[in-house]
Amino acid sequence: MTNTIYLDNNATTKIDEDVLAAMLPYFTTYYGNPSSMHTFGGQIGKVVRQARSQVASLLGAEESEIVFTSCGTEGDNAAILAALKAQPKKKHIITTEVEHPAILNLCRRLERDGYTVTYLSVNSKGQIDFDELEASLTGNTAVVSVMYANNETGVIFPIEQIGQIVKEYGALFHVDAVQAVGKIPLDMKTSTIDLLTLSGHKIHAPKGIGALYVRKGVRFRPLLIGGHQERGRRGGTENVAGIVALGKAAELAQQHLGSIGREKILRDKLEQGILAAIPNTAVNGDPDNRLPNTSNIGFKFIEGEAILLSLDEYGICASSGSACSSGSLEPSHVLRALGLPYSVLHGSIRFSLSRYTTETEIDRVLEVLPGVIDRLRELSPFNSDDADWLQEQEQAVLAR
Amino acid sequence: MWDYTDKVMEHFHNPRNQGKITEKQEGEEIVTGQVGSIACGDALKLHLKIDEETQTIKDATFQTFGCASAIASSSALTELLKGRKVDEAMKLTNKEIAESLGGLPEEKMHCSVMGQEALEAAIYTYKGIPLDDHEEDEGNLICRCFGISDTKIKRIIRENSLTTAEQVTNYVKAGGGCSSCLPDIDDLIEEITTEQETATVEQEKSVEAATEVWTNRDSSSVETSTTTQTTKTLTNLQKITLIQQVIDTEIRPILAEDGGDMELFDVVGDVVKVILKGACSGCASSTETLKLAIEATLQDRVLSTLTVESV
Ligand SMILES: Cc1ncc(COP(=O)(O)O)c(C=O)c1O
Ligand code: FES
Repeated sequence: MTNTIYLDNNATTKIDEDVLAAMLPYFTTYYGNPSSMHTFGGQIGKVVRQARSQVASLLGAEESEIVFTSCGTEGDNAAILAALKAQPKKKHIITTEVEHPAILNLCRRLERDGYTVTYLSVNSKGQIDFDELEASLTGNTAVVSVMYANNETGVIFPIEQIGQIVKEYGALFHVDAVQAVGKIPLDMKTSTIDLLTLSGHKIHAPKGIGALYVRKGVRFRPLLIGGHQERGRRGGTENVAGIVALGKAAELAQQHLGSIGREKILRDKLEQGILAAIPNTAVNGDPDNRLPNTSNIGFKFIEGEAILLSLDEYGICASSGSACSSGSLEPSHVLRALGLPYSVLHGSIRFSLSRYTTETEIDRVLEVLPGVIDRLRELSPFNSDDADWLQEQEQAVLAR
Repeated sequence: MWDYTDKVMEHFHNPRNQGKITEKQEGEEIVTGQVGSIACGDALKLHLKIDEETQTIKDATFQTFGCASAIASSSALTELLKGRKVDEAMKLTNKEIAESLGGLPEEKMHCSVMGQEALEAAIYTYKGIPLDDHEEDEGNLICRCFGISDTKIKRIIRENSLTTAEQVTNYVKAGGGCSSCLPDIDDLIEEITTEQETATVEQEKSVEAATEVWTNRDSSSVETSTTTQTTKTLTNLQKITLIQQVIDTEIRPILAEDGGDMELFDVVGDVVKVILKGACSGCASSTETLKLAIEATLQDRVLSTLTVESV
């Protein structure tokens, strides 16, 4: 197998070696339960506290505002459900069309349970319309949940402006920051955010650990009801090794925020290289307003999976849509929400970099990608904009 | 990631017979079969060169837009076809295509079906048989084991008045594999049951409305009662005015109760064209029941020959 060139960091990331080193002793030497009444277990409470402080520091939050969870999905679910339980009379939720399934599918489920959900639309750059938000907000709105940055396109929402509007209507404000944490500086002290989700495996900690920020004062009822762990906000014996890892990863992420510009330079090199070398390609989303590590590019006339499997031959890992969408046959709901034509929709690829990405790797991608795209376009019956069959079909789609 | 056989990957990386067929000799015919669309995410053009005298496929090539298994299936198909007699080729099944690739993941079986359909289309064209429209299976994928969408499952539930997920499995297989989609099928059944209940209520309401009008006729609203009785001699203008009136005073208030609304768009002969809005406008089946309810009211109130079309 050729060396792996991993450009799928929005799906998951490699565990940082320092993170791994920090967590390993909690599987072997220090396997105690922090709740125990003996030193062997009890001493572990200290490291959990330290990790909590590291995570709090990355967010500009207080330690008591951090609840450890098992993943981003749990954080999202716990946040929305807690917000609803805190305001039992309010039956309306606002979110966007482009959220992660952890939010969207939960909202669809809640609609069945009698809640009304507004899914804010986005324009071709992936941005919501403030007027639509204001028009949707009422005294009945319990929670507004908007992601900080989109996992597929990297587009960043103007979270604080949204939060200002939300606060005027007295709703709680949840932000899925799974993709933003470690890539954008966050400061809960000056923020309008009430609840914020993050996930360990997107910031070089392992899978199976995450955290939820709960602003002091917000009434939070647990999703997992059980013991007194996490001050009763999440039952279940602590995933100590995971928590230690998340703490260390948060500390490293904070250090790395200063040098995030390097990722952006590489991302831009990759993107500009692709656009220059391959005709009929375009950047999806808002080029001027997105995560520094993400590039989503539409290659017309061909299908994403075929591109991914061709790149895989060279050890290059990327993704088409989100990992979830590429396990099903549907085009990505995010790209669809941008209103992209079908000729681009199915052939869009996301490259997402990390602090481990090197310039040599980017050069290698730029070397092989044009050939891959060329070969697949040769195979395609729609290899130019004016292929009759394509024209016919686009008309048919428009007519629908 | 899909579990593709080495054979699938081999065909994907080195597809056989790609492109068009441009050259033919005396006594040969070139035909093309095309299926799929760019919207569905896969599309295939299959080109065949047929020797008219021996009825044999002398060459087969393809152009495919789609995933790795779509490309591999097309490539394998062209290999299977070369040298076959046309009538034999007609018997080729999608299973044979999949088997020639050492199998396809269940979720990707549709790629082999696409191959078989393109072949059918090409041969039908060759024989001059008109092509049926294949059902477009768009919608959300519900059963991954058998690749079945909500659109199809809902249609089967409606057409056969199914009430349990187990019945759905018997009809279209969905749910019969790993069974993880059974709760989703339950949800679809519930959705349709609720929809049908609402539709019945709607219909009852419209009948009620119509009867109410009928009983009020002699007493209160003078204008309308006179016009209703002289339906046969209505001028076109009178007809439109009356339709508009019934819509405004009787139909829209009822629709509004359920968050819906409508607008009169045009009247062409006896066809009343309306625009449905609000709560009910998105859903095809409730549009249908609404349309019928509006039609019933207008027939009763204005002219029995009226039909309603939603535009
Ligand atoms: C924006 C966003 N939210 C939530 C999640 C879910 O996180 P996890 O995989 O930790 O459950 C993801 C992961 O893909 C994500 O990108
Ligand atoms: S997904 Fe339907 S049976 Fe497995």
